[in-house]
Order: sequence, then C-alpha cells, then structure tokens
Amino acid sequence: MFELWIAIAALASGYLIGGAIEKKHYRSIHEREEATMNVSVSTRKSIGLDEEGRVKRAELAYGSVVVSVDKFKRFLAGLRNLFGGEVSSYASLIDRARREAFLRMKESHPSADYFLNCRLETATLSNGQGKTIGTVEVLAYGTAVYLYK
Amino acid sequence: MIVTNLEHVPGRTILEHYGIVQGSTIRAKHVGRDFMASLKNVFGGELKGYTELLVESREQALARMIKQAEECGANAIVNVRFSTSSVTQGAAEILAYGTAVKVD
Repeated sequence: MFELWIAIAALASGYLIGGAIEKKHYRSIHEREEATMNVSVSTRKSIGLDEEGRVKRAELAYGSVVVSVDKFKRFLAGLRNLFGGEVSSYASLIDRARREAFLRMKESHPSADYFLNCRLETATLSNGQGKTIGTVEVLAYGTAVYLYK
Repeated sequence: MIVTNLEHVPGRTILEHYGIVQGSTIRAKHVGRDFMASLKNVFGGELKGYTELLVESREQALARMIKQAEECGANAIVNVRFSTSSVTQGAAEILAYGTAVKVD
C-alpha cells in the first residue's frame, strides 16, 4: 500500500512540477526566439550572394541540451504502448529540446549575420529501460558567418 | 584555424587537401551527477550536469581534431560533423571529424 502511495505521489509531482517547468520553458523559448528572429538560420550552404569580399569570417557554432522525461510522461507513454498512436507527451519534450539547442547555438554567436548548413542530431544516452532514465541529447550545429558591415 | 561545417570556407579558395582529421573522447558521468539526474527523473526537463559534461567533451574532441589538423599543416577544417554514441550504459563517445584543407 505504502509503495502505491509513493508511486502516486511521484506521478502527481511529475505532472504538476514537470508541467510547470514545461510551461516556463516554453515561455522562455518564445521570448528568446522573438529576440533572435532577425538572424537567418538555414540549411543552405551559401549566403545566396556573391561571397567574395563580403564575408569577414566563418566559425563553427553549436548548442546542445540533454533532457529526460518525467514520471508522468513515462506513465502516459506506457499507456500509449497498449493502444499505439502518437506519443505526444514525448513529442513536446523533444520539441523543447530542439528549439532550445538552436537558441543556444544562436546565442553562442550573438552578432553573427547568418547560420548556414545547420544540422540537428539526436543521440539517445540511455533508453529508460529498467531502472535507467530515458535521456536524450540534442545537438544543433552550423556555421556562423559574419559579413563586412 | 577556421572550422566550418560548410563544404568550403566562405569567401576563400581551397588550395590543398590533407584528408580526414578527427578527434574523439569517451566520457563517463560521475556518481554525483548521476544522483542529481535520478532526482530530476521525477520532474523531467533538462539535466544541466549532463549538458555541461557533453559540452566539455565536445570542446575536447574539437581541440583534438584541430591539433591533428595543425600537425598536417592545415589552416582550416571544412565539412565538420559531430556524432554521439553511448558506448556502454553511463558512458558516451563524442566524435568530431572533418576535412583538413589549406585556404588562401
């Protein structure tokens, strides 16, 4: 009986605190995305103009974030396993991580004009089976290009 | 040393190729960080300790790659790629690789 209460308490705190953390994080993501909106981030390989004499320098830029799922989301995903379909509780977590990774990449080079050839990579650090924690690393990287003003 | 993940260096011409250079590191997380991570497990969200750990290792992998390129006599590395894999439970390998070149 006692274990059951502990499990319920963990689920409830995962839902309440995890949900609050997620909301706060989304707010901060929206604000920072708006603040850095004028920087071009793309998967293109050139700036689309004649580069000769315009580009001052190019540097590798990257940002990464490691996230894990909370108890409540894991519970939801476990239920989803029974019926199949989209696991939307995990989707929002990975979405947050990807956007955060891009923001960190942008913030590492605040005065760059372009970020070219941007790539995302997701690596599973542990899959959450048994007693381990489901942990995912998201890395965003690209080339920061500075132009002559 | 110019490091970029483009196939060229913007505004420069590639004069010479030296082939692939790489740097890698395998890191294990330590007990303190793991303990904090298992606490975080209940609430979910970012594991700052692990993020720092991987950022540190990535910098080291990049530094090793740059050192190898310097030994070749290159002054730029193009088409850099990163890759992360979990070798065993609790350890991660971080690899950075690219092509060492000389630009004008």
